[in-house]
Amino acid sequence: MKIDMTVNGDARSADVEARTLLVHYLRDDLGLTGTNVGCDTSSCGACTIHIDGESVKSCTMLAAQARDTEVTTIEGMADASGELHPMQEAFRQCHGLQCGYCTPGMVMAATSLLKENPSPSEAEVREGLEGNLCRCTGYHNIVKAVMTAAGGA
Amino acid sequence: MTAVMGTPMLRKEDPKLLTGENKFVDDIQVAGQLWMGMVRSPHAHAKVGTIDTSAAAAADGVHAVYTGAELAEMGLWAAPLPCAWPVTEDMVNPPHFPAAAEEVHHVGEIVAVVLADSRYGAVDAAELVEVDYEVLPAVASIAAARDGDNNAHSDLDSNKAYSWALEPNPEGVDAAFANAAHTVKGEFVQQRLIPAAMEPRGVLAIPSPAGGEVTLYSATQVPHILKVMIAATTGIPENKLRIIAPAVGGGFGAKLNVNPDELLAVTLANKLGRAVRWTETRSEAAFSTHQGRGQLQTIEVASDENGKISGVRVHLDADMGAYMMLITPGVPLLGSFLYTGVYDVPAFGFTCDGYFTNLTPTDAYRGAGRPEASYAIERAMDMLANEVGVGPDEIRRRNYLAGGGPFENLETASTLVFDSGNYAPNLDAALALAKYDELRAEQQSRRDAGSSKQLGIGLCTYVEICGLAPSRALAGLNYGAGGWEHATVRFLPTGKVEVVSGSTPHGQGHETAWSMIVADKLGIDPNDVEVLHSDTAISPLGLDTYGSRSLAVGGVAIAMACDKVVDKSREIAAHQLEANPDDLEFTGGQFQVKGSPDKALPIQAIAYGAFTAHDLPDGMEPNMNEQMTFDPPNFAFPFGTHIAVVEIDEDTGNTELIDYIAVDDCGNQVNPLIVEGQLHGGIVQGVAQALWEGAEYDVDGNCKNPSLMDYLVPSAMEVPNIQTGYTTTPSTSNQLGVKGAGEAGTIGSAAAVINAICDALSPYGVTDMEMPATPQRVWKTINNAKAGA
Repeated sequence: MKIDMTVNGDARSADVEARTLLVHYLRDDLGLTGTNVGCDTSSCGACTIHIDGESVKSCTMLAAQARDTEVTTIEGMADASGELHPMQEAFRQCHGLQCGYCTPGMVMAATSLLKENPSPSEAEVREGLEGNLCRCTGYHNIVKAVMTAAGGA
Repeated sequence: MTAVMGTPMLRKEDPKLLTGENKFVDDIQVAGQLWMGMVRSPHAHAKVGTIDTSAAAAADGVHAVYTGAELAEMGLWAAPLPCAWPVTEDMVNPPHFPAAAEEVHHVGEIVAVVLADSRYGAVDAAELVEVDYEVLPAVASIAAARDGDNNAHSDLDSNKAYSWALEPNPEGVDAAFANAAHTVKGEFVQQRLIPAAMEPRGVLAIPSPAGGEVTLYSATQVPHILKVMIAATTGIPENKLRIIAPAVGGGFGAKLNVNPDELLAVTLANKLGRAVRWTETRSEAAFSTHQGRGQLQTIEVASDENGKISGVRVHLDADMGAYMMLITPGVPLLGSFLYTGVYDVPAFGFTCDGYFTNLTPTDAYRGAGRPEASYAIERAMDMLANEVGVGPDEIRRRNYLAGGGPFENLETASTLVFDSGNYAPNLDAALALAKYDELRAEQQSRRDAGSSKQLGIGLCTYVEICGLAPSRALAGLNYGAGGWEHATVRFLPTGKVEVVSGSTPHGQGHETAWSMIVADKLGIDPNDVEVLHSDTAISPLGLDTYGSRSLAVGGVAIAMACDKVVDKSREIAAHQLEANPDDLEFTGGQFQVKGSPDKALPIQAIAYGAFTAHDLPDGMEPNMNEQMTFDPPNFAFPFGTHIAVVEIDEDTGNTELIDYIAVDDCGNQVNPLIVEGQLHGGIVQGVAQALWEGAEYDVDGNCKNPSLMDYLVPSAMEVPNIQTGYTTTPSTSNQLGVKGAGEAGTIGSAAAVINAICDALSPYGVTDMEMPATPQRVWKTINNAKAGA
């Protein structure tokens, strides 16, 4: 089926199988492989992206459901000159990543979290990231990164 | 240059990972690739009957379908999947092929493979394959295996795989128990764990039909080991194989194996002349990737009336699962030497029986044998403290090696020589950081007030074995390879440096740490160093990453290769400056004639001179390209004190970890940022074993919680911030004085948490708590204890 959407500012059109998951469209068709797949039950959040500014797990929806939306993936976060988004920079400064597999989803979820709540408490950050799993960091430095990005640490 | 080692340099790896630029296996696409769809057994134990592949073969986009029997007939397998650690001469090792032909031995074992044009098409077609099974009784637990009513393998007459013993002093152990004033006995369950690295495993094999080469991209920790083993199991000449571990999203031991999918991809790509790939789904990973732990432990400790230990006796029954994978049988042995912990134990004995079950094979998972050992001895120490009537800190102090003071190269009862230690100051530092006395006062006041929220404080003073391994020590354990690591350090003509490392990172920050070592050794900027790794064509020699070995073996190899670069540079500098080599000093990246600061050469200029070879000493080889293979003389033994503080809601049984204090000693630190990150993550994995995780099986051998909906990997919600501190006792095993930090957190934390829970519930007479300490289990234990009281 025919789909149109804007991905990281570019207009994209494609003809996809109706059952194509959005994450597979982004990865396999558009080559935007920064968005990762870590599970098959929408539990891990590695595939988190923004649709019209809201964070969404891109494995939970079909590509067709994203028709006529504005999609942002991790590839769209740094600015055109390559300067990291403040959340990406905070993760780097705070050593909020190790293997980096959950990181794109974490950054997208954390960015969305701060949009909704610009000055969260540590507990609110932990609660806000509950849908994103990391196996490397124990979350300590991820939480620190988000607090730093929020200017609260 | 000021020293960078010891500073928290930001990681070089991060920008690519933060922007999605890194390529994991599943990110790499190749024209004409075929996707494998695995047809997996739904039964834990069954004879494979007729397989009807016609519907699958006729499906759109399907290129081929092969059953296990057909694959065997095609002559793809020169040998079964390898076990590199036959722990005894008579160990039973049933043949294990990438796809079963006649009998399956665990749920999820592959019986046929479909090759299709697309990711979805492969899964669809696999569903169309119809397999008849004759279901056989399953052996779904260690207890069932031990009872022996059914055999996990029909052609074996027992489930026993091996018996192994470490009994240096059996008479001494018997005498210790015969004469003991106190004895305690703990029986503990080390439940099976699903490693759950966030990146699922995946493979992509790319053939060269005309040239005969095959390149395998695999989400692996061990490309070098994989290369040798693929050659041995497929018969494809080793020189025609190239293995690449691209960006790898965590491993924790789970990517330290030689797996059916890897062999299927390589052989089918080679046969079909097309790229072949597969990526496991998370729910599939419970069957397609090995699991960890799976032991029943019995530990007995004997002491005098003051709690001074006189003997320790341990027996394990260990669950191998359905087959021996790469180091399955050796995992309990890795722990065997640590059941005496940090204590002065005069007499020690260890025995282990390995059993086959019809469950997913077990193998290394973060710590591999050592978290289990630490758990047993540290739980037993708390039991002994209760028996003797002293605090958990005091019982430890009374038993520390060397009286808790500093030591070097001390032989222990388990026959190992600990490189260095200094335990009592480490305990003191942790107690101070935790404000231990205040915690105890708070605990008492809650008890006095009859609070329903009990506070528990748990200690663990662990030691672990890092830096695997001296090759001769591995020979003594019948391990099938050495334990060295290789490094190459070379100057490029423009003064930049390339380092080639045989250790293969998957999140540990090798590129950063190795650059720091080279920067300090050569007096150059760490950003002038490029670290190459994880591709057997670029880094042909290596033994990869596991057992907290990278820094203590691989990093030290780099330091020693740098020393060779400096030595050669000194000779060239002496020649060109017309000075005696002994009269040159090397500081800040520059050779200088002592006392003549104007007679100096920067190392980059010397390296350029080695490249042009216009003016080298007679007979010297051109270029600056030095190699080092380091075989460590001994292991390294990090240690530390972990303190868990839990709050238990008696009404719900919920345990909340409210604080966690860790004071670790991993010797000298290259990058404290990386050390701290390793500890945070390791601690949470151990906490997760204590509180939430465990692969559960029904009596038929079905895993009841294979997905991340049911298998409770913790989120940020469940864990607190972690307070860390350090003591520094340099290792004597290597020139950098480093030990290792990758597994320490996991090795210290499970015992600390369960000790805290038992401490919280001690007023009710609770002395043990099985892991994971779920609310239901805790609630039942509290209520049973109250009813019995």
